[in-house]
Amino acid sequence: MTQAKKITTPLDDNKIMQLKAGDSILITGYIYTGRDAAHKRLIELIKKGQELPIDLKGQIIYYVGPAPAKPGYPCGSAGPTTSYRMDPYTPYLLDRGLKGMIGKGLRSQEVIESMKKNKAVYFGAVGGAAALIARSIKKSEIIAYEDLGAEAIHRYYVEDFPAIVIIDCQGNNLYETEPPKYRK
Amino acid sequence: MKIKLREIKANKIKDKVKELFLRANYHIDQDLMLRLEEALREEASPIGKTVLKMIIENNKIASKEEVPICQDTGLAVVFVEVGQEVHLVGGDFTEAINQGVKEAYQEGYLRKSVVDDPVFERKNTKTNTPAIIYTDVVPGDKIKFTVMPKGFGSENMSALAILKPSDGPEEIVNFIVETVRKAGPNPCPPTIVGVGIGGTADKAMVIAKKAIARKIGEHNKNEKYAAIEKEALEKTNSLGIGPAGLGGKTTALAVNINYLPTHIAGIPVAINVCCHAARHAEGIL
Repeated sequence: MTQAKKITTPLDDNKIMQLKAGDSILITGYIYTGRDAAHKRLIELIKKGQELPIDLKGQIIYYVGPAPAKPGYPCGSAGPTTSYRMDPYTPYLLDRGLKGMIGKGLRSQEVIESMKKNKAVYFGAVGGAAALIARSIKKSEIIAYEDLGAEAIHRYYVEDFPAIVIIDCQGNNLYETEPPKYRK
Repeated sequence: MKIKLREIKANKIKDKVKELFLRANYHIDQDLMLRLEEALREEASPIGKTVLKMIIENNKIASKEEVPICQDTGLAVVFVEVGQEVHLVGGDFTEAINQGVKEAYQEGYLRKSVVDDPVFERKNTKTNTPAIIYTDVVPGDKIKFTVMPKGFGSENMSALAILKPSDGPEEIVNFIVETVRKAGPNPCPPTIVGVGIGGTADKAMVIAKKAIARKIGEHNKNEKYAAIEKEALEKTNSLGIGPAGLGGKTTALAVNINYLPTHIAGIPVAINVCCHAARHAEGIL
């Protein structure tokens, strides 16, 4: 693999355009967590026309429900969860300025179209590499929906969080381009 | 006739279950680590190699620091073989198992991932209970536990087919390979594919799940079934899905089949997929 590119959050169109499917990335800055239950609540607010507990503009949402932190650790093991379950909600968030998502697994065509329209990127983190990934999470705080426990929205400060660009803002998709090279 | 029963205290069951869930969530078995290292040596894809290196490194960190391998510390599945000469004293069998799960998850910094009502409230029980418990009564005076914290990224890719008696190995292999193909990157490949053939629809899935806990490198003792395992594994690894679904030769680490007698009218085939973090631990009381 090529040398990893370093990026910092928040993201803007200029940074997004430089990210290509297949790029190995190290992310530094603040990112937000959110998975099934938090997405459901965010979309309910959007549909009611109410304000969200976080400003999504330029931000990254990491699909994760971390394990509890051991004493002395800022965060417990925290690998990605499977992304397709967030697909029905994602275009609403992209329309509100979300620029990146970190997860694992396939995305729907609707999500990919919305990513192209809104210039956003889908990053993959390695599923099951949760203890390794947690080492890049330096600070963790709950921002919203504390009652959801592991599913609450956390804000992480990450340093060199390891990810791969899976789908870029032009719709190039590593899940479509890589496997055929090894198919027999 | 006087029957001699061996007394086992419920508290011992609780402690054993707790110990096994902690061990399973922190430590990947040596046989699986060796298989991952072998896969790394053989992998052709550069991205695939990077992913496998990360997985191996992750498992070493988890084991050394005693932190969960994966944040999805799973639904707590427990297979129990109870010797018929065991007499349980001082508590309730199911309660003891659940208490062991609760203590492991609360004291071991494991994620609580169980919701009470699957459709409406979906309220977290905050204890990771109830566990899914399968009990068999067997000869002897011991209790054997096989615990399996089962993550749902892979569980969600389960599949069931009821094949016809006129179907054979070819249709079974096709169903296995097609299930893995459709799952793509979602179940965290390289996976272990558990397959249950025969019995009833429900029993087939139980033995498929049990097949996941088989030691890597062991095959079905019936060579005809072992041949299906071998062919399904080769075809699965020809799909190109690769580690994390980002392309490569290593899509599955093993295809493990269990089978049972079934009805004259059908062949239930159940597939239970497990991610590369195939966590399980065994213990005997």
